[in-house]
Formats: sequence, C-alpha cells, structure tokens
Amino acid sequence: MIFEVFRQEKKGQAFQHAGSVVAPDAAFADAWAREQYGRRGESTALWLVPRNSIHQVTEWADEFDLKYRRVDGYSIKTRLAEARQRASANRPATSGVGSTEPHENQ
Amino acid sequence: MDSRTQEFLAFVQAGGQVEAGDWLPDEYRAKLVKFIEMHANSELMGVLPEREWILKAPTLQRKLALTAKVQDEVGHAQLIYRVAEDLGKPRADMLADLVSGKAKFHNVFHYPTYTWGDVGVIAWLVDAAAIISQKALLKCSYAPYARIMKKICWEESFHILHGRDVILAMMTGTDAQRELVQEALNRWWAPLMQFHGNPIARDEDPMYIWRIKSQGNEEARQQFLDGYVPQIWELGLTVPDPQLAKNDDGVWVYGEPDWDELMSVVTGHGPRSQDRLAFRKHFIEQEKWVRDLVLAA
Repeated sequence: MIFEVFRQEKKGQAFQHAGSVVAPDAAFADAWAREQYGRRGESTALWLVPRNSIHQVTEWADEFDLKYRRVDGYSIKTRLAEARQRASANRPATSGVGSTEPHENQ
Repeated sequence: MDSRTQEFLAFVQAGGQVEAGDWLPDEYRAKLVKFIEMHANSELMGVLPEREWILKAPTLQRKLALTAKVQDEVGHAQLIYRVAEDLGKPRADMLADLVSGKAKFHNVFHYPTYTWGDVGVIAWLVDAAAIISQKALLKCSYAPYARIMKKICWEESFHILHGRDVILAMMTGTDAQRELVQEALNRWWAPLMQFHGNPIARDEDPMYIWRIKSQGNEEARQQFLDGYVPQIWELGLTVPDPQLAKNDDGVWVYGEPDWDELMSVVTGHGPRSQDRLAFRKHFIEQEKWVRDLVLAA
C-alpha cells in the first residue's frame, strides 16, 4: 500500500504534502513515516493517507460561463467611462458648490 | 513531436510543474526515470565508502555523526526510489539493474578511501558538489521529485557542516593531520572536477530541455569552484591543478578533466565499482527474508 504523507511544521499551520511511503499496513506506515519525516523533530504532526482513499478532482467544466461568481468576471472600465462621460455631458452649466465634480478615483 | 508533447514541453520550459497523475510524454517519463534512478542509486552506493569509517571514527561524537549521516543518505535513497516507482519502474527492478551494472551511480562513489582525511573531503566537498546539483532540482518540472528535494537539501546542509568541521579539526591539528587532508584533496580533485559532467551546452542537454535539471553542467561546476576554491585556499591547502584560476570576467579556468576516466568509472570500471556492487548484492540477498516478512504482514 502507498501512503501519502502530509506534514505540519508548526501547530496551526496547514499540512503540506511531503512525499509517500510504501507499507503493508498503517502500523508500518506509521513507523516509517516517523523515521523519514519526524526524527529530527521537524514535524509537529503527520497525516498518513492511503493513496487509494484520495478522491482527486482535476476537471473543471464551465459550460455556463460562471465568471460572474468571481471578480475577474466583471469588466466595468469601459462602461464606467461611458457613464461618467454621459453624466458630465448632461450636467447643467451652473450648479451647487463643488458637489458635481466627478470622483476621479471611482 | 506531436502537438500534445509540444504543448507539454512549452509548459515545463515556462517553469510549469507536473504531478504523478498527469499525462507525461513517453520520452519525458523515460528520461525522468533514468535520472531519478541514478540519483537514488548514488545515495544508496554513496554510503558505502563512509560506512567503512563508522568503526574507525576517531571519537564517539564523530562515530555518531557519521552513523546519522549514513542513515540520512539511505533515507534519501528510499525517498527517491519511491518517486521513481510511481513513474512505473518497480524498486526490485531498479535494485537488480544497479547490482547487475546496467544502471549507473555517481563517479565519486567508485573510489576508495584511505584515511580519515578522505572522510572529511567526501563529507565537505563531495557533498558540496552534490548539493549544488540537488538545489537545482528544487525547481524540477516533476513536482513530486522537487518536493522531496526540500527535505534532502535540508539534511545535506548539516552534512556539509559535519565535513567542514572534520576538516577544520584536522587543519588546526598537527602537521601530520594537515598532510592527510592535503593528500585526500589531491586524490579527490580529479573526480570532483568530473562530477558535474562534460560541459555540454545546456540547450543540448535533454535533462535541461525537459527541465528535469534547471542548470547546465558547466554552470554547476563554476558554482562549485566559486563557492569552494576560496574556502580551500583560505585553509592553506593547495588545489592540485596548476591551471586553476579565476579570470577577470569571473569565470574559472581549469585543466581539462579526464572525461575518459569519468566514462570508464561510471560504467563500472572504477577502482571500487565491483567490490561495492558485490557488497550491495550480498546484502540485498541476505535481507530478502525481511522484505518477505514485511510484505506478508
């Protein structure tokens, strides 16, 4: 059996994949992973996971163009420029003090 | 080259890394297995010259440090064989190819050790040359290999210190001790200069093309010379190469290494090649019962 080894370097940190060991069962995997990944106190904890228990996901279908769920799904630059231009063209020549200046940074 | 392979090549050349489950071109997989297997073999064979000195180490501390180093190196071999196994070659086949002479291991592990000076030079300079190659593997296009190199490079960093400490103890000792170090350096210099391989242009080196390695042979050798020749000189040691010098442009020049010797040694004709393979073969056979027992568990 192949066990994937994940190690945590300090308490509170994420476990990171470190390598794998081959062992007939979890008890042997425990002994070997301790020896390989912990004998100098370099890990606070290990996760040993039988490789065939890992369900891997690598295919990411996007038939419906789901970009609207993300920041990069919105391109507002052109529309914003157009809207500002439109607003300033329609603005009356005289108006309240300072209140109609467009915000450059928006 | 088909378009899928072309795309893969462009991906790795742009710094991309792939995982064990990804599609790999056959040629890439074959090159990767050959390279990784040779690395694993070198770790496993590399402990034999040092192992000989565990019983003869001068102090208890040195004996313990050397034992720990041997354990580390065998551990590296196990990690690296594991990565190669995942690429499709069973470990038993790799060990069989090693002892039959079909697969290679690094040139520096084919030579004898005569004195404690050799042990110091191996742990300091052979490990230094090796760590330069190994650090370049941290960026390997095959990610599972790159990941285990983190642990390996970390452990190599104290092996180098162990070697340097052994050398410094001798260099601050008696004239006879200093002589032992100089003699060992004289023996190891030629194999060290051959270690990184012939100066093939990196863009013609398949291991670089596929980004298995991230630097060329000559770049690695220049890095070794730049890092370690000044450290050798400052101790009052002499490098046995009258042509060795650093040019104004920062490039080291040196006497041409003996490439025929390198080829002959790595194909199993070194002074200790056959003894060490026979030793390894003996133990693989003797310890078969352990593997059988564990696999039956």
